[in-house]
Order: sequence, then structure tokens, then C-alpha cells
Amino acid sequence: MNAEPMNLTGTPIPAKKGEILLSVENVSLRFGGVKAISGVSFDIRKGEVRAIIGPNGAGKTSMLNCINGFYHPQEGQITYKGVRRARMKPHQAAAAGIARTFQNVALFKGMSTLDNIMTGRTLKMRRGFFWQALRQGPAMAEEIEHRKVVEDIIDFLQIEHIRKLPVGKLPYGLQKRVELGRALAMEPELLLLDEPMAGMNLEEKEDMCRFILDVNNQFGTTIALIEHDMGVVMDLSDRVVVLEYGRKIADGTPDEVKQDQKVIDAYLGVAH
Amino acid sequence: MSEVATRPAPNLLSNGWIKTGLILIGVVLAAIVGAQLDSSGTLHKVLIDPFQQMVSAPDLLVQTVWEGLVSGVLYALIALGFVLIFKASGVFNFAQGIMVVFAALTLVGLHEKGVPAFLAVILTLGVMFLLALTIERVVLRPLVNQPDIILFMATFGITYFLIGFGEAVFGGNPKQMITSELYLPKGAIDAKILGGFVSFQKIDIAAAIIASIMIAALAVFFQYTRIGRALRAVADSHKAALSVGISLNQIWVIVWFTAGIVALITGIMWGARSDVSFALEIVALKALPVLILGGFTSIPGAIVGGLIIGIGEKLGEFYWGPLIGGGIESWLAYFIALGFLLFRPQGLFGDKIIERI
Repeated sequence: MNAEPMNLTGTPIPAKKGEILLSVENVSLRFGGVKAISGVSFDIRKGEVRAIIGPNGAGKTSMLNCINGFYHPQEGQITYKGVRRARMKPHQAAAAGIARTFQNVALFKGMSTLDNIMTGRTLKMRRGFFWQALRQGPAMAEEIEHRKVVEDIIDFLQIEHIRKLPVGKLPYGLQKRVELGRALAMEPELLLLDEPMAGMNLEEKEDMCRFILDVNNQFGTTIALIEHDMGVVMDLSDRVVVLEYGRKIADGTPDEVKQDQKVIDAYLGVAH
Repeated sequence: MSEVATRPAPNLLSNGWIKTGLILIGVVLAAIVGAQLDSSGTLHKVLIDPFQQMVSAPDLLVQTVWEGLVSGVLYALIALGFVLIFKASGVFNFAQGIMVVFAALTLVGLHEKGVPAFLAVILTLGVMFLLALTIERVVLRPLVNQPDIILFMATFGITYFLIGFGEAVFGGNPKQMITSELYLPKGAIDAKILGGFVSFQKIDIAAAIIASIMIAALAVFFQYTRIGRALRAVADSHKAALSVGISLNQIWVIVWFTAGIVALITGIMWGARSDVSFALEIVALKALPVLILGGFTSIPGAIVGGLIIGIGEKLGEFYWGPLIGGGIESWLAYFIALGFLLFRPQGLFGDKIIERI
């Protein structure tokens, strides 16, 4: 792809692979008596594609929810960009550069594709309530500037034809793409994708794979993704962490993980 | 949060408008035929005579429609307050009515204490902002993620708290709105229309103009600004809104404050036409049929619904009321709303609720 990674507004960002962006240490999460995650540790390095896999109910989505502040783990700590945090709220996580998509698309159904992606710019827009209310001067200039970024994203994801349509009416595959666009509009450093290819046909999956790789290469965005399609996981990711019943059972490159006996058991079952 | 309830839509004909139209035509035809055959004259009195009156005294008709229009605008304003909060938080805010009273009382009360009128308006806005802040902090935040019915009940709590608090601070006696101090016009314009005199209260004209400006401003604000987009986003999906960095707490304060501003303007307008008293709170319940008519999530719906209810009930009272002894104004609105529920449960402009199974 491009020689030098750039973010969407055109400023180059340093792509030092290997530096730790986020580390999860000994995290446990309980809902009443149910342990969703127990004592999981792993890290995500800058610029990599990190996959989180595991059977249903393994705690993958809960893990993402902890990272972006929807859930607060009872034990353990999460360090992001060198800052250890106690109870981070989702909008603070968003402000710190963590964007995400959801397992079952969570879009603003009544709004157009354009407006949906524009909401991703919320934190980048700085004009106050009163300028906004007047819709004049600086607020207007700002609106135009951000609109341009959004149009670039729309081009990138090849969804020009649905710009003005309300997203509730779009087919599922396209909704997933709009959701990715909204996350990209935040110009995130860490992008969390919760089953970005669930419920897609082969062609849509291939498109989505391509977009994920492009985002990673072109913008240098670090990506953590949950996915069930093993072929996709093995192709896309640099490293894989495997969860089962809320515990980590393996961590390593796709090839290492594939060979791991515990992983094979978890996926194929063990003879009792 | 935006899924309100599952309402099975009637499925006789695919297009609701066509169906409603056909039924209306059928009713009118049956009525005319019935009236011709009717010997005792009851049907004639119900179905033919009122329309003959309308045609023979058009000035009276204009007067009635105008009065309906004005109360319709005020209903629309109250409904607008409901819609704002419902859109953004999925909460049916029962306290909107008392917020109108509370805002008006604060304004008048401050003026009585010797605060100049316009400073009092600004201070009242400040009070409404504090109220929004308090409601978010004390009521909404602890109840986040609770079922809608819990939040609905919480707004009952807010209502009774505000009634008690308002009475304690300002007393229970009706007060006069400070219309002249706010440079709102008084008196009436008599216009010669269709062979008679129709009297337009100047305050009513002012109310209509101010309401229109405010509604237009709100519509632009919602449609084209970052905060407006954020408000709509919160209405659609809480978790998605959180994930793009929208702070629910901040949005709720903004929404309740906006509803507070709407309440203050409504309070001034209603107060100018009658007294400022807690009885106004009952008027706020008229917003319910308006919302059923217009749809709970639609600003244009609140406006059109308000006008239909306002005009409908004045026409009903004036032309059909005498047939059953008058006083139908108090329940006709609910009757119209009930009819609407049968044919278009999502309202004129509301989002059709489709539940996937």
C-alpha cells in the first residue's frame, strides 16, 4: 500500500511496531456470581492485528467491553498508552483513541450513512453549544472540514451509493461497513472489532478483510478483533489470544496457537 | 431504548392512508344517505346542521378555527417538550406539565421579589438549567439501564416533588403573568372577514409567531449540528453513542435544559392567556392525545398533532357540543386520539415499529 502510514487528516503517524499500546493484567470480571473473565493477561502492541478467539461464552466480548469502558473489571488493571486506569468511562476511552464496532451492529438506524459516520467526528469537533445553536461562523467552517474527512472515509469503504440512505434499511453487510466507517471517523489508535464478519457471505467477508488490512497498513491503526472464522483469523492477525470459560488458554502467533493442544481440545472437544 | 412496544399493525389494506380515506368516504356517504332517510331529525342535527351553520356564518367559523389554532399551538409546545426528552432518552416525561408551571411560577415569583422582568427571564433559564442538572444527577444517572417504566415512574416522582417545592416557595395562589413587562402585546385586533368581525387577540398572534420561530430553530439545531446529531444518536442507540464518545450525561442535561426552555416559553404564553397556577398542569395532559396523533418521536408530528387537536376540539365544542349539553372540549381530544390508535398506532409521523422475530 502507501509507503508511509498516514492518518485520515493527512498527518503521518509513527508506526513503531512492537511498542506495547495496551496491556491487560490479571483482569477478572464478575456479574453477581457468574465469572465472565478470570485472571486474564495479554497485551496489544502498536500497529499489530490482534485476534481474540474462543468458543461461545468464553468472555471475548466482555473483554472488549472492559477495554472500552462499558464494564469495569473487579480485579486486575488495564494500562493504555502507559497510563493505568481505574474506572474509565466509554466516552473517555473514545477520547483516548479507542473506537469499536459491535457484534450485532449498533448503528443509529434513523440517520443516514453520512450522519452516522459524522457522529464519529463528535469528539473532534470543538465548537461550543452556542456557536452550534447559531450554526454560524466557526461552527459552520468546522462542519465543512469534518464533512470532508467523512467523505474520504466513504470513498475508502466504497459506500458512496448509500450516503444519504437511512442505515436501518441497508442490508446487513453494508451496515457492518457503515459501522466500521463510523469507528474510522474517530481516527482511533486502537480499533476494537467485535465479529466484523459475522453473518456475511463470502464476498462480503473478503471485502471486509481487505478493508481491515488496508486500515492497518494505510493508517497504521492497531486492531483487536474477535472472529469465529478461523481462516480469517489466521490470515489477518499477527498474534492470537485464545479464551475459554473466561480463562486464557493460549497466546501466540497463529501458527503456534493452531498447534496448541488446549486450543484443539477447546474447539474440537476432549474425549471423556 | 427506542423500541417502545410491539404494536401489531392492522393489515386490511397495505397502505394506511388509503384505508383511512376509504373508511372516511364510506362514513360520509352513509351519513348523507342516513340523514336523508331520517325522519326524527337527530341525524340531521348531527351530520348536516353543523355544516350548514359553518357555511351560513363563515366569520364564526373563522373565529372558532383561529381559537383552535392558538390553543393548538400551545398544545404543540407542550408536546414538543415531551418529544424532545422522549427522542433523546426514551423516557416519557410526565413532569413536562409541571415544568411549564414551575418555569412560569419562577419567572413571576422572581419579578414579585423585585427583579426586573428580563433579568428574571435569564434567572429563570438559570433555574431551569440547574433543574436539568439536578434531574440528570439525582434521577437519571442512578437509574441508567433500568427499564423504561422505572424511568417513567421516576418522572412522576419529579412531578410531585416540583408541585410541593413550587407551592412551598411560591405559594399555591394563582398569579398574573407579567405580560406587559415582557413587552408582550395586549388587546385585540378586530378584522372584518367574510361579512362579520373576527377578533384576534394580539397575545395569540405573538404566541403563534414565537412558537413557530422556536420550532424552526429546534428543527435546524437537531438536523444540522454536532450536538443535534449526538441527540439523535443517543435516541437510536445508547451503546453506539457511548462508543463514539458521546457522553450520555451531558446529552441528558442538554435535552432537559432544552425541554426547560420550551417549558418556560409555554408557561409565559399559557400564563398570558389565563393565570399561572397549578391547574395548568392538567392542560399538559392534553399533550398525550397530541403525541398519539403526531407520534412520540416526531417534532413535525407534535406540531401538526397539536393543531389538529386544538382546532378539532374547538370546532367540536362549538358546533356539536350543544347537542349533548356542551363541555365536550375536555374529552374530545382523547376521543380523537383513540380513533387514531385504531388506524395508525404509530401516529401521523412516528416511526413505524417493526419488530424482528
